[in-house]
Amino acid sequence: MTNIPLVQTIGLSKQYPGVLALDEIDFDLMPGEVHVLFGENGAGKSTLISMLAGANVPSSGAILRDGQKSHFESVADAQKRGIYTVFQEFSLIPTLSVAQNIFLGWEPRKGPFIDHRAMRQRAAQMFEELEFDIDPSAITATLSRAQQQMVEITKAFHGDLSVLILDEPTASLTDREVDHLFRFIKDLKARGIGIIYISHRMQEFARIADRITVLRDGAKIGTVAMADTNDGALVEMMTGRAISEIYPRIAQNTGDVFLKVDQVLTTGLHPCSFEVNAGEVLGIAGLVGSGKSRIFRTIMGLNPRLGGQVELAGCDITKSSTRAIIEAGVYYLSPDRKHEGLDLAKPCNDNLAVNPMMARLDEKLRGFVNWIAIRQKTGAIADKVELSEGYRSKLVSQLSGGNQQKVLFGKAFGQDIDVYIFDEPTVGVDMGTRAALYRLIRDLAEAGKAVVLISSDLPEVLNLSHRLLVFAHGKITAALSGDSMTEDQVLKHFFDETGATA
Amino acid sequence: MSAETTNTSTNNAAFYRTKRVFVRVGVLPFFLAIALIVFTALSSKFLTGQNLMNVARQSVYLVLVSLGQMLALISGGFDLSVGTAIALTSVVSATGMVWLSAVFPDAIWLAITIGALMGIGAALLIGLVNGVGVAYFEVSPFIMTLGVSSVGAGLALFLTGGVPVSDLPFAFGDTFGFGRLWGIPVPVIVATFCIIIMWVFMSRTRLGTQVYAVGGNIKAAHLSAINTRKTLMLAYMICALIASLTGLLLTARVESGEANLGGTIALESIAACVIAGVSLRGGIGRVENVVLGAFFIVLVQNGMNLAQVSSYMQMVLLGMLLILAVIFDQLRYRMIMSGR
Repeated sequence: MTNIPLVQTIGLSKQYPGVLALDEIDFDLMPGEVHVLFGENGAGKSTLISMLAGANVPSSGAILRDGQKSHFESVADAQKRGIYTVFQEFSLIPTLSVAQNIFLGWEPRKGPFIDHRAMRQRAAQMFEELEFDIDPSAITATLSRAQQQMVEITKAFHGDLSVLILDEPTASLTDREVDHLFRFIKDLKARGIGIIYISHRMQEFARIADRITVLRDGAKIGTVAMADTNDGALVEMMTGRAISEIYPRIAQNTGDVFLKVDQVLTTGLHPCSFEVNAGEVLGIAGLVGSGKSRIFRTIMGLNPRLGGQVELAGCDITKSSTRAIIEAGVYYLSPDRKHEGLDLAKPCNDNLAVNPMMARLDEKLRGFVNWIAIRQKTGAIADKVELSEGYRSKLVSQLSGGNQQKVLFGKAFGQDIDVYIFDEPTVGVDMGTRAALYRLIRDLAEAGKAVVLISSDLPEVLNLSHRLLVFAHGKITAALSGDSMTEDQVLKHFFDETGATA
Repeated sequence: MSAETTNTSTNNAAFYRTKRVFVRVGVLPFFLAIALIVFTALSSKFLTGQNLMNVARQSVYLVLVSLGQMLALISGGFDLSVGTAIALTSVVSATGMVWLSAVFPDAIWLAITIGALMGIGAALLIGLVNGVGVAYFEVSPFIMTLGVSSVGAGLALFLTGGVPVSDLPFAFGDTFGFGRLWGIPVPVIVATFCIIIMWVFMSRTRLGTQVYAVGGNIKAAHLSAINTRKTLMLAYMICALIASLTGLLLTARVESGEANLGGTIALESIAACVIAGVSLRGGIGRVENVVLGAFFIVLVQNGMNLAQVSSYMQMVLLGMLLILAVIFDQLRYRMIMSGR
């Protein structure tokens, strides 16, 4: 191995009006290395890679490519020099075929016409080389997100690839797909390609990382070799506090059964039965596509209900409308705050006002909103979710992801609710906000409410739940509680292919 | 003068203040200022109390329709069939009144009332069809209301054979077309009432607030226990109802039932709303600004008349104004979303 880094940054800074997004970062990537960038949202990871990818220009500092001082004009310019980035937001055109996407802008030609046959053949060849099982003539929109990701990665192999930047590549992959991706990354390493890898999932680092650089608030906290560190140390570096401060202890006083789910059926799921009790946190673990979210969307009436029965405190709500179910006391927090959760072009206060309004808070005259009472209520909610005073009258679109999530969480406190279903409540949220949201979950459970916590984040469900249901392949593969709730146990049931239930 | 221009920091401050006003209320204040300056320069009669009163009276019809259009826009769609609702109301109510007044010559007001109700009923049917299509079958509001507008216009022409329905009871035109109450024209009183009711509805009632929520993010509204379908239905029904009311007032004004009433009003009302800062993406818009927006459109038309701009050229300018307003709406939305 040579000791000239593939890319290196020296004192790289990025100044936005009023914010120093990146503060004198020294970073380097050696050939055949997987270098993980780790940090909370807004720590500066995206800013750093956007500059390496050519999408952004540094305010000061230098980028060295193979030891040469370089300046990237554009993403295309960086790609020409062998740096390819797979962003979280895909650059695929859903209506085109896979091959067309891969060769977008590089189309092989026969005279003035595109040679579609050659394009398909070469795409197939590339897939074969990379061991991806994808049909080049399939329409991109019909692929799973994981397959789309693979197409995105395949696009990197047109030129002379030497640096591959992956931004949260596993966020939407199933574990088997993750395995595949990791095998592939190891392959690339063997070819001497350097990989910059951004992820929140610490459990992945041990499998692929060589070195980890931790960023916090735009500054570099340190670079450590994977062999010399552990999860606890990394979290401490990232957040500046110990891991035990993040997950609160939640006292368990299990009460009556609030929600009784009996043989509920929807497309793609096996019938599921379970109960949710007052005063407990029921964790729901499973991979993306395991059905863990779909079962609750079905209960809420957001997916077609094909059979079974749901009872809320003894009342049958199997056929009730979503509205009636919410009014009966079940709240569903959507994992997709942009599309299903918030009205982005409105102030936080107005977003928070909708729920108390629909709960007819203190209406003096039927049908007329009591804005004074609502404003007091939204103020109290904002206090509760620790949303800073200055943000409350700002538009939601102008807030960071963490603060947006606080607003979304706040909507849950707008009406009388007995059963809270939190679907990925901390997705894309930094550790500080997470700790605040976890405390809210604790308060709810200890106040005798039932909390369902659906999460892909294993440490989160393991640390907060009293009981845990594991979903795999559209059914419940395990019901764990107490000492059996360990990472090994859960992982084992993630891949429960035999169909045997615990 | 030179000290003023050299001072760049005050220029900057003025720029940011302008930008803030733009983000807050939209393009209307700027358009209004430009229109006032241009037309005052072009015609000495423009900025007189008499003329402005005239504009206020003429703008009644557009103000009303724009209020309904605003509701459709805030709910996240729009209504291209407002003109048809006006035409159908006019034809149906006029036919009804003429027929009924012949049957009950002694009870003219009964004939007028029933005829008016028939017209309103026809328009509500249009609103109902629009609402069902948009809310239950999730047809795009553009196609739904465009189709309905063709259906309605065809029906109105079919009912009358293309000939205006004349010989309406005199009392109808005398009261609602030219009548005055306390010295104020009746249409102005009707419009004032509607403005107040709409303002209360949008800012004080739960249903009005629901319209904002549905237009802002329909899925989020659904997950906040809002009956999104009912809310959308309501928006289109009220829009048709207000258009129908306008149709009655216009029928009284022209004293005949005409299938070509309200021909350009869909475009004009959308322009009035967009200029007044109602977002084409839904969820944003204020009653008081829409009233001003409609007033502005009529003001521009009036100014162009005084400046002797031909009616064909007026169409060109109005269309351009709408496009310009939409471009500014786009810029404003981008500013809102990026937080600058």
